[in-house]
Amino acid sequence: MNTEAVGKSYPETTYAVGREKVREYAYAVGETNPLHLDVEAARAAGYPDVVAPPMFCVVYSGPAIAPAIFDPEVGINFALMVHGGQEFTWGPLVVAGDEITTKVSVASIEQRGGNGFYVFESVSTNQDGATVCTGAWTNIVRGV
Amino acid sequence: MAALINSGDSIPELKITPDRYLTVRYAGASGDFNPIHIDEDFAQQVGLPGRILHGLWTMAQVARAQTEAGGGPQALQRLKVQFRGMGRPEVELQVTGEVREVHDGVAIVDARAVQDGSAIIRNAEAELRLS
Repeated sequence: MNTEAVGKSYPETTYAVGREKVREYAYAVGETNPLHLDVEAARAAGYPDVVAPPMFCVVYSGPAIAPAIFDPEVGINFALMVHGGQEFTWGPLVVAGDEITTKVSVASIEQRGGNGFYVFESVSTNQDGATVCTGAWTNIVRGV
Repeated sequence: MAALINSGDSIPELKITPDRYLTVRYAGASGDFNPIHIDEDFAQQVGLPGRILHGLWTMAQVARAQTEAGGGPQALQRLKVQFRGMGRPEVELQVTGEVREVHDGVAIVDARAVQDGSAIIRNAEAELRLS
């Protein structure tokens, strides 16, 4: 398998976090915590607007991760690919009104047990420069 | 305030049954419109039993079990999961977890998400800040 893409990075994307998008996402994942749904509750708790659930990171980092996974130089065979694993580490909470910039790179491409393991890293920072989330996205291609 | 968590404790079990149209709402909310999640005919044509849940929606349920146990979204510092098998709409999902250790105000929780007796997320590991 071709491992030349290891270390390659992709153009940054910036995602503007909207209040209604946070609420739409929160409802879709079954959140009931008013911090995610109710502006007044979020403000009463000291946040400037509704708080994004931690897993909202998939929304703001999605536009950056897709071009890496679909990169022909990485060469993933999508017919045989499964999303094998996922890790996120979080920093300060993201709130509506934030602008989140995400940079993605190819962390590793390895063959183990006849399968290909493609790991992408994402690093997301807010408008103040704080790292709000890092992600390790593992895609497995069977029979590489 | 975070709930008190000690080594050996179980976190409260989270149960949710994704309804028939959940994958459509999650596709819109997340931006992941892969047809294996929203098109029954397409899913069957590629050899699946039918539309399957988004793995990241299921991971969000594991995350929600942690934030509910830890007292809010600020508690969750890290979450790592392995996806196995396929989640299905209209089947109850159960998320369980146990505190493996606590040090420096951080609990390490082992967790999993199960449907029909089979773990579709396994070997999940979460770090919860307790203060």
